[in-house]
Amino acid sequence: MKITKEEVEHVAHLARLHLDEKELEQMTAQLDTILSYVEKLQELDTSGVVPTTHAFSISNAFREDSVQPSLTQQEALAEGPKTNQECFIVPRVI
Amino acid sequence: MEPYELTISQALEHMSAGELSSTELVQSCLGRIKRLDEVLRAFVSRDEEQALRVARELDDRSSKAKKGRLCGVPLAVKDLICTKGTRTTCGSKILEQFVPPYDATVVEKLKDEEAIIVGKASMDEFAMGSTSETCAFGIPRNPWNTDYIAGGSSGGSAVAVAAGEVLGALGSDTGGSIRQPASLCGIVGMKPTYGRVSRYGLIAFASSLDQIGPLTRDVRDCALMMNSICGFDPKDSTAVTVETDDYSAALIDDMAGVRVGVPREYFVDGLDPEVEKVVMNGVAALQEAGAEIVEVSIPHVQYCVAVYYLIAPAEASSNLARFDGVAYGFRDPDADTLVSMYKDTRSRGFGAEVKRRILIGTYALSSGYYDAYYKKASQVRTLILDDFKAAWNSCDLLISPVTPTPAWKIGAKTDDPLALYLSDILTLSANLAGLPGMSVPGGFSSTGLPIGIQLQGPHFMESSLIRAAYNIEQRLNVDRRIPPITINR
Repeated sequence: MKITKEEVEHVAHLARLHLDEKELEQMTAQLDTILSYVEKLQELDTSGVVPTTHAFSISNAFREDSVQPSLTQQEALAEGPKTNQECFIVPRVI
Repeated sequence: MEPYELTISQALEHMSAGELSSTELVQSCLGRIKRLDEVLRAFVSRDEEQALRVARELDDRSSKAKKGRLCGVPLAVKDLICTKGTRTTCGSKILEQFVPPYDATVVEKLKDEEAIIVGKASMDEFAMGSTSETCAFGIPRNPWNTDYIAGGSSGGSAVAVAAGEVLGALGSDTGGSIRQPASLCGIVGMKPTYGRVSRYGLIAFASSLDQIGPLTRDVRDCALMMNSICGFDPKDSTAVTVETDDYSAALIDDMAGVRVGVPREYFVDGLDPEVEKVVMNGVAALQEAGAEIVEVSIPHVQYCVAVYYLIAPAEASSNLARFDGVAYGFRDPDADTLVSMYKDTRSRGFGAEVKRRILIGTYALSSGYYDAYYKKASQVRTLILDDFKAAWNSCDLLISPVTPTPAWKIGAKTDDPLALYLSDILTLSANLAGLPGMSVPGGFSSTGLPIGIQLQGPHFMESSLIRAAYNIEQRLNVDRRIPPITINR
């Protein structure tokens, strides 16, 4: 086994997902198949190979630090599931 | 011939000659949608009234007014590209009611060219899939046989164009999501070079791989749409400043002096002989047009699926962290603590494939596994890039299959995620290397399903692909009619 049910449960918590027992069983089996497949990469010796994160090496894209038109507070809040006209409201944090 | 059967360039000619109005064209497409879309399910949402209103406004304008390059042409936009005031769902329940407060840059560009956006095209949830079956709002069906998949993830975009519901569409391609449905539905699809088209307003799946591009009925229309959507955008920090070509100037009917590479590794085990035959017809067509054909090697293609299914989920797990029920989208109303709100919202809002990829990505990035998975995949990505760099020493573009097989039946591969992932093997390399890639119709299977031919080129060489695709189109003379759609209810 490449991955256990307990590990999937832990990863699900990190990703803020909960899985019911049936989902957990199924996901564990599917993740196991996928992780076994990607093991194929270990055939290759990549020592000294620089990893690629983007197809081009992009350096920082700077612009003038000047005010540009942007959303109003009202527009930014418009899609919030719960707001008080000034802020997004979420369940109590502390 | 009905107006909906016209290509974009034909429709523009008829409209500028005064033989057709935009209103007539839009009405013709809307009639088609009304008759077919209940079954084809190419759209998640549509705005018929607005489309007609815009068409009338364009028609009523003085004939002397300066016109946009897509003036009065009805198009569809994949439902992960933000449209101000029009619902944008990403095919997901978590964004079912989401109405963006701004337009994506590509949408602004289409509007500047006076195109008419008829509706938002259905897709795999968050573009994660190869069949469009993970869409939360109905599965688009292949117009050549409605029991078959349209492909994905831009399945709705491909269906809408292939079935004559619109004249062209925008899709997005993270691992083949424009080229594969274009191939399976018998139309032209282009994934431009990474950074060629602004991603501002594209809801991100895997940011180092995503790219927006056009789906059209012929190569000329592809060039037309590319001319309208490409270019630098200061709002996208990965948009490139390299100048764009006039892509219509690449519609040259010969291939003299062009070296076309046939990469042997793309002719994989399990390649359908009918697909292989179609691709070889394409090779012969290019040779007849004067191209020099050379055999080349991209030895690391066999690792693309493993690399992609680590990198894309890793990036997705990070990008999709924003769907937390706080600032937009669905929120589970019953949750009483912050963490349970996150968990309940995401667990109820996301479908199984999205959860699966978030879990793979989170695992691959997690402490203790990063080197073995994400870093290793990123190193092999370098080897894939190096393969292409070496290939460009001996050829100017590559020709290959798009997918190992034509479309399969809806439901045939839904229980085996890995089998589905493996079907993406031939399209992933262009995304991993940031290359432009294209699918052009090449023929049909004996069962009457379309088969496309894939072209890939060096960075920013979209014009080379358009030229080769145009030569294939002219010489193979593939049936380009809109399919006679039989509705199997």
